[in-house]
Amino acid sequence: MIQYERFILSNGLRVLVHEDTATPMAVVNVMYDVGARDESPDKTGFAHLFEHLMFGGSINIESYDDPLQLAGGENNAYTTNDLTNYYCQLPAENLETAFWLESDRMLSLAFNEKSLDVQRKVVCEEFKEHYINKPYGDLWFKMREMAYTQHPYRWLTIGKELSHIENATLDDVKNFFFKHYRPVNAILVVAGNVKTEQVRKLAEKWFGDIPMGERYNRNIPAEPVQTMARIQEVKANVPLDALVKCWHMDDRLSEGYYAAELITEVLSGGGSSRLFQTLVKEQKLFSSIECYHFGTTDKGLMTIEGKLVKGVDIKAADAAVEAELDKLKQELITEKELQKVINKTEAALAFEDISVMNRANSLAFYELLGDANLMNEEFEKYQALTKEKIQQYAGQIFTASNSNTLYYLSEN
Amino acid sequence: MINRTEQPVIKDAVDFEYHLKPYEKFVLDNGVTVYAINAGAEEVLQVEWLFFAGNSQEEQNLVAATTNHLLKNGTRQKTAFEINECFEFYGASLSRHCYNETANIVLHCLNKHLQHLLPVVQELVTEAVFPEEELALYKQNNKQRLQVSLKKSEFVAGRLIDEYLYGIDHPYGKYSSFETYDALQQKQLQDFYQHYYRNGKCIIFIAGKIPPAAIGLLNQYFGQLPFATDTLVKTHPAKSAVAKKYRITNDAEGVQGSIRMARPFPNRHHPDFIKCMVLNNVFGGFFGSRLMSNIREDKGYTYGIYSYLQNHLQQSAWVVSTEAGKDVCEATIAEVYKEMEDLREEIVDEEELLLVKNYMLGTILGDLDGPFHIIGRWKNVVLNNLPENYFYTTIDTIKNITAEELQVLAQQYLRPEDFYELVVV
Repeated sequence: MIQYERFILSNGLRVLVHEDTATPMAVVNVMYDVGARDESPDKTGFAHLFEHLMFGGSINIESYDDPLQLAGGENNAYTTNDLTNYYCQLPAENLETAFWLESDRMLSLAFNEKSLDVQRKVVCEEFKEHYINKPYGDLWFKMREMAYTQHPYRWLTIGKELSHIENATLDDVKNFFFKHYRPVNAILVVAGNVKTEQVRKLAEKWFGDIPMGERYNRNIPAEPVQTMARIQEVKANVPLDALVKCWHMDDRLSEGYYAAELITEVLSGGGSSRLFQTLVKEQKLFSSIECYHFGTTDKGLMTIEGKLVKGVDIKAADAAVEAELDKLKQELITEKELQKVINKTEAALAFEDISVMNRANSLAFYELLGDANLMNEEFEKYQALTKEKIQQYAGQIFTASNSNTLYYLSEN
Repeated sequence: MINRTEQPVIKDAVDFEYHLKPYEKFVLDNGVTVYAINAGAEEVLQVEWLFFAGNSQEEQNLVAATTNHLLKNGTRQKTAFEINECFEFYGASLSRHCYNETANIVLHCLNKHLQHLLPVVQELVTEAVFPEEELALYKQNNKQRLQVSLKKSEFVAGRLIDEYLYGIDHPYGKYSSFETYDALQQKQLQDFYQHYYRNGKCIIFIAGKIPPAAIGLLNQYFGQLPFATDTLVKTHPAKSAVAKKYRITNDAEGVQGSIRMARPFPNRHHPDFIKCMVLNNVFGGFFGSRLMSNIREDKGYTYGIYSYLQNHLQQSAWVVSTEAGKDVCEATIAEVYKEMEDLREEIVDEEELLLVKNYMLGTILGDLDGPFHIIGRWKNVVLNNLPENYFYTTIDTIKNITAEELQVLAQQYLRPEDFYELVVV
């Protein structure tokens, strides 16, 4: 049970405080309600590029990193399709430095041409490092474009193509900032060796006078229900054939999400899971295979991704995967399997909560979903699932008309 | 109005007190030492069984790593599936890793399940059988994985730079190939296992909110086994390459080059080691370093560039590592040398030095709050055979080192002529 206090500043900034006196450190986590799904299709990659610019100096402070490091702190940030998160950790005595830095960059960035110019290049190198200069690097560009026809999950956070990043202008940057990076669209979590009253005072002092901004109302196209199986074949300069299959699943707050999570555990949660045991160990069709989903806020993708053993026909491998899914649809999982995935979830949640930084991050995430206390209700939701429910959701997800299949073949 | 232009008053990290929670030490009936850190609020444990079964000990490449990997793929009573199920049923994870001198088995579990899991770990270290079909599958899948990895310039570069530093026959320099996988024999694994696990030297590290019964359970399951009380870790002479500069084309269509620059460096017992960790931070050790500020934040040549001292027991190396745009690789290398030159020629100013010290100490402070981090620090002391006060020596060295000392160290160690230089596209 994670304890926290919550209050809202008059400019709409939501503040959560989680006290933990066992650590000498404090964590300051600022989450903004904007991700790659909020980009327009001709300016993709922007939310992530923007994350880089947040370190290029703010209106009153030339460098974000130097003063933080001087205070013994370190920081990082990440962008997903749904949100952007900034977090730092520093000795609790120096907490105010984090308030000073985070509030100034919420007040306004410096909007400096040089920083934009450099970060465009840095992000282009990041793009190359992760998506071009790697075997299978473009796989998810293709897969997402097949699975989503309307919803902006169609593109990755890095962006659809290099040119979108290369063409970003300072005006784009300014508009994006004043639309999304306002107190009313942000959540501040302060955790660690801090006191709620102290945080309240500091929050009022540093964030209180930042103009509220306009509440951002998300209006993005829902993905139409898929009605026909989609299949694509590509050839690339890779050593091994890969099979990837995706099915649409429920959104983050639905019961179906929790069921999907347990299904991924049954299918691929370790060496005793079904896909590994049957398809890697017994039938020797795949050298590796995984089942996972993306944990997205809107309806996401249940995924099975595997590399084939050299010489195996991809259609045979695909059929073997389908046979495993049929089993899940036709027969109940065993009591032992259910207990196993519940135990695993319980342990995973306990290990996650060891780090103060994780706790702060989770509080912000659940607050963004609608209620920080959801964090404390997660395990009950898994426990409430039954074998029958899992079978029912497997039947709902794994249908042919809901499937997207990519044969990513070696051209050699 | 508040003053937004000035940083609030800070307490310098050099003025903090640092305290590393001491370990408790237990000796099991058979002489096995258990190091324990009892801390943390969650009901979780990490237990590590450490054996001197790293690749320094093997006669043939990959035997140590393969033995370690297949420990959980079959015992006299259980199949690989059944073993996995034992751990996974309780939501526990059992990982294993093979390093140069040592290899381990690491268990993460909820406290309440410990008693069910220890007997299975005992079975792994006494009755593993290394079934033929498991080995065959391992070979097949790892060769396939290697095929994919060899397409990545960063993978190739990482292997080659170690080969230049230590030589292809040295444990730190050798690497896998299709032929070395093919050559693996079941009998070799079984022999290695008998010698270095079943009858090898074992040390146990346990951390978390340790339940009172835990040490008794460890004694019950591991205190009666025929482990050796001592062991000899084989040492191998390094044979560094003569030529210093390499340009390799791995993929003609590659858009980035993997750059590695490295020089040999002594191990942690050398009096300059900790001091050079400070110099390394100024140079390329963290996000605010000179290399990152210049080559990423000013030039935009790369997504990231770092330098580090390798964490080896016998000898180390000082390495600069980055992936940079293909057309700016040579410019990147030139900038790295320029930064070395700056450190040799110009004294680091006080403000920058204080920033680096505060950053390093703040990171250490942040690392001290969890039982797993604390045991990690002690393990480092035990394995490197360092004095018990090493942590405090480190803190003192960081607090007190001067800019003049850093310049002398830069003049001694950051000389271009000592560095291997590699670009793999």
